[in-house]
Amino acid sequence: MSVLDVQSLDVRRGGRPIVAGVSFAASAGEIVALMGASGAGKSTILRAIAGLDPIVAGTVAIPRPVGMVFQFHHLFANMSAHKNVWLAPVHVFRRPRAEAEQRARELLVSLGVGDRASAMPHELSGGEAQRVAIARALAIEPRVLLMDEPTASLDPARRGDLAATLRQLASAGRTIVVATHDAEFARACAHRVLSVEGGRLRGVS
Amino acid sequence: MTMAVCLGLPAAAARGQSAAELRWGGDAEGGAPYVEADPADPSRVVGFDVEIAQLLAAGLGRTPRFVQVGFTSIDASAARGDFDVGLSGIEDSAARRSRLAVTIPYYEFREVLTVRSADAGTYRSLGDLRGRRVATLGATLAYDMLVDAQARDGIVPVTYEDDVHPYSDLVIGRVDAVVLDAILAQRGVRRNAGLTSQPAPLAVGHYVGILAPGAAALRDRMNVVLRDAMRDGRLEAILRRWDVWNEDQPRLYARVLADASPYPVAASSLSASPDAARTVSGPGTLDAARRYLPALLRAALITIVLSCLSMALAIAVGGLIASGRVYGAAPLRIALTGYVEIVRGTPLLLQLFVLYFGLAAFIQLPAFVAALLGLGLNYAAYESEIYRGALEAVPPGQLESARTLGFTERQILVLVRAPQAFRLALAPMTNDFVALLKDSSLVSVITVVELTKETSIFAANIGSWVLPGIMCAAIYLAMSLPLARVARRIERGWRHA
Repeated sequence: MSVLDVQSLDVRRGGRPIVAGVSFAASAGEIVALMGASGAGKSTILRAIAGLDPIVAGTVAIPRPVGMVFQFHHLFANMSAHKNVWLAPVHVFRRPRAEAEQRARELLVSLGVGDRASAMPHELSGGEAQRVAIARALAIEPRVLLMDEPTASLDPARRGDLAATLRQLASAGRTIVVATHDAEFARACAHRVLSVEGGRLRGVS
Repeated sequence: MTMAVCLGLPAAAARGQSAAELRWGGDAEGGAPYVEADPADPSRVVGFDVEIAQLLAAGLGRTPRFVQVGFTSIDASAARGDFDVGLSGIEDSAARRSRLAVTIPYYEFREVLTVRSADAGTYRSLGDLRGRRVATLGATLAYDMLVDAQARDGIVPVTYEDDVHPYSDLVIGRVDAVVLDAILAQRGVRRNAGLTSQPAPLAVGHYVGILAPGAAALRDRMNVVLRDAMRDGRLEAILRRWDVWNEDQPRLYARVLADASPYPVAASSLSASPDAARTVSGPGTLDAARRYLPALLRAALITIVLSCLSMALAIAVGGLIASGRVYGAAPLRIALTGYVEIVRGTPLLLQLFVLYFGLAAFIQLPAFVAALLGLGLNYAAYESEIYRGALEAVPPGQLESARTLGFTERQILVLVRAPQAFRLALAPMTNDFVALLKDSSLVSVITVVELTKETSIFAANIGSWVLPGIMCAAIYLAMSLPLARVARRIERGWRHA
């Protein structure tokens, strides 16, 4: 039973096809890696799934909300790591503030950045910022988590940690789609690796 | 030796040039019958003061040359020697005699009270106008009278920088009376229906020419020319041509011709009043400073209240304009861009005039409200540009990540974008507030007496800008420096947060 189902996805930018005829599905607890060189279209596939880029043709079936972690994290610069995490649950999902703050603290602790809760984004290292960004995405309880180039700002040791973290999240039943050009990372964490080239899927490994 | 030659040459050249010319200063904005641009050829000036200048020049064997000077700075220009003689309906006063060379008077005028015809039975003198607003020109004999009447009769003096708007504001009820000399009053009554000047004069004064304090010799030669013109009827002919001749003039001439001294008559019927004491420089200056300090501080309060309220309006409206330009549909964006360009592209002074005087036919804004709206809406255009730039400087990735979390655009603006934009905008906003604080001095043209205006009244009164200028600058700095400090502290706080 697939949680995410992408069928014949077409995305164009300025009339130029960026993604063409991409179809794939992912089930609960599965980690799918979209592998490819930069410019291959893997980020665009994630953005289209998240609803950030308009789809020209095809369908995306996905339970909302969708969690998305960007390559550069994009934490809100005007608030602490902790507030970054509880803001959406309180303002978008109307959770009681105390409950949301408690849950945010737990998420930060579970991702290993509990001691950085009161830090401002500019005070976090790349790895810490990414963990906070993951906590922020998870705080809205998405069934699907999309991650764009998560290893870009991590050293090799941290990459191994991240792979383990993703495995752990998947084992709790979450579906994760990772766009990456890091083959070693893809192999380490993904159940399935889809290779993207020229905006199309080239094969499964 | 070499230096003497170098310095001597240009001075001699300048003297050689000015020997053939009589440079005379006046304000063409003052209009007929004094000095006005010739309707047939606006590059020329006409008026009785123009003809008196020609008369003086002819008597001295020189060619007259007109120098345009703002009426309120005519004394300072004369003292600096920007021209040989100032002639523009300039009133004789003890203060002028103490710091300039002043000619004998060539015209005697009466100060008259003008009211709406419906009030002619009620407001007969200043004593009938307790608690009422009475208009006049700043830095005139009439203004000194109103200041005295403020203490004595409880009237509220309102100063204008021109003689047209006191009468138009009298018609629409912004003021209840105008005190000015009879020539100006006659013109005001002619231009505006429904006004009446009370027949009894409030005071008598004289028009004179003013020269630099060191030019007593030239002044004495001018007095000879003027006395000759009084005797042979040339002065009378000029005044008749401009329709300002009356029975007061022959009486004045008789007194002037009977006494050969430089000052044959009293400066005005008020000269014997405490005015005289107020106007001497020297040891009296410090005393004057002490007397004026409360008035300056009151004016500073107006400046700071007006500036703070205007800035609050500018921030609110500027924020709305910026949001409209960043988030709005195309027609709204075009309309707002138009507003910003028009407001930034035209002088604040013009906007104040339009708001206060131009709109008076439709809506009569109180002066303070017009000043507040003028400054606030003008600065809103500048603020909106700062905020727009700051909003656009917030990284778009943060906005995108907020969208994936499900925030509405409004929530993104309020929770994420605006707070970051505000930090970027704080430094330029502080800058603008300091600029606004100083630009607020422009509102004196619509009768609001703020710090700069009070200072210029003070300066006109003691005949020097040195002390009033220092006091005024000190008060402005006392207001703007703490502001800059607070802004720096806020910014530092953010950096450490």
